[in-house]
Amino acid sequence: MELAAAKVIGAGLAVIGVLGSGIGIGTIFAAFITAVGRNPAARGDVFTMTMLGFALVEAIALYALVIALVILFG
Amino acid sequence: MAQAGGHSPLEQFRIEPIVPIHLGKFDVSFTNSSLVMVIALLLITAFLLLGMRRQALVPGPLQSMAEIAYEFVANLLRDTIGNEGKRYFPIVFTIFMFVLFGNLIGLVPFSFTFTSHIIVTFALAIAVFIGVTILAIARHGWRFAKFFVPPGVSVALWPLLIPIEIISYLSRPISLSVRLFANMLAGHTLLKVFAGFVFALGFAGFVPLGFVVALSGLEFLIAFLQAYVFAILTCLYINDALHLH
Repeated sequence: MELAAAKVIGAGLAVIGVLGSGIGIGTIFAAFITAVGRNPAARGDVFTMTMLGFALVEAIALYALVIALVILFG
Repeated sequence: MAQAGGHSPLEQFRIEPIVPIHLGKFDVSFTNSSLVMVIALLLITAFLLLGMRRQALVPGPLQSMAEIAYEFVANLLRDTIGNEGKRYFPIVFTIFMFVLFGNLIGLVPFSFTFTSHIIVTFALAIAVFIGVTILAIARHGWRFAKFFVPPGVSVALWPLLIPIEIISYLSRPISLSVRLFANMLAGHTLLKVFAGFVFALGFAGFVPLGFVVALSGLEFLIAFLQAYVFAILTCLYINDALHLH
C-alpha cells in the first residue's frame, strides 16, 4: 500500500476517537442540567465545575485530532 | 490541506525571525512569536498598572477589571489549596494572565498565537511539573512516594497499580501542554479553513462568513476557558504536592 494512502487511512481511523468526547460532553451537560433542575440555587458553583469538566473532556477529542494530524503530516 | 492557490491554513503558525541572532550553533533569533510575547507582557503590565493607578475605593471600569482578575485567581487558589495557597499566587497569576493574553492576542486578525506552539505550552507545563515535584520532595522528603499508592488497596495489587499511577503522574505535563496547544491550533486552523470558503463560494459566501463569526465568538470563550483550565490544574497539582502526598 502506498505511504500516502496509508497515512490518510490512519488519520481517518485516529479521528474515530472523537466519539468518546462527544459522549463525554453530552454526559457532563446532562449532569449539569439535572443538577440545576433539582436545585436551581446551585447554578453558579455547578457551572464553574461544568466548564472545567467540559474543557477536560474536549481535550481528549483534541488529543485524537493531534494524533491524526501527526499521522497525516508527520 | 493545501488549496489551489498554494496557501495552507497551517501557514499562519510559521515562525519568522525578525532579528536574527545566532550563538554558535543555536538560533536564538527574536521572532514574531517573541514579539507577541513581549506585546502580551506589556499589555498585562499596562492593564494592571493603569487599572490600579487611581486606587479608588469605588472602582471605575478598568480598576474593576484588574480587581476581578486578581480576585478570580485568588479565589481559585483559596478554593483548591486553602489558606496556604496565598504563597503561590504570583506564579499562578502569571501563568493565568500570560496564557489568557496569549490566547486573546491571537484572535486579533493578522496576529500570531504563541500558545499554539507546542514548545511554548510544553515549556510552561514542564516548568509547572518540575516545580510541583520539587515542592513535593521538599515538603515531604522521600515519603512523597506514598502519593503513588492509592489508599485502601491491598499490597498484592501494588505492583500493578503503582506503575500505572507513576505513568499517569508523568503524563501530566504532556496533557497540560497538549490540551492548550491543540485547542489553539484547532481553533485557528478551523477559522482559516472556513475563511477560505467565504471567498471561494462567491455570492453564497455569507453562509461561511456567519459561521466564522460564530466560531470567533466560540474562540473567545475557549481562550478564557483554556487559561482557566491551565490555572486550575496548576492549583490542583500544587494541592496534590502539598497535601495528598
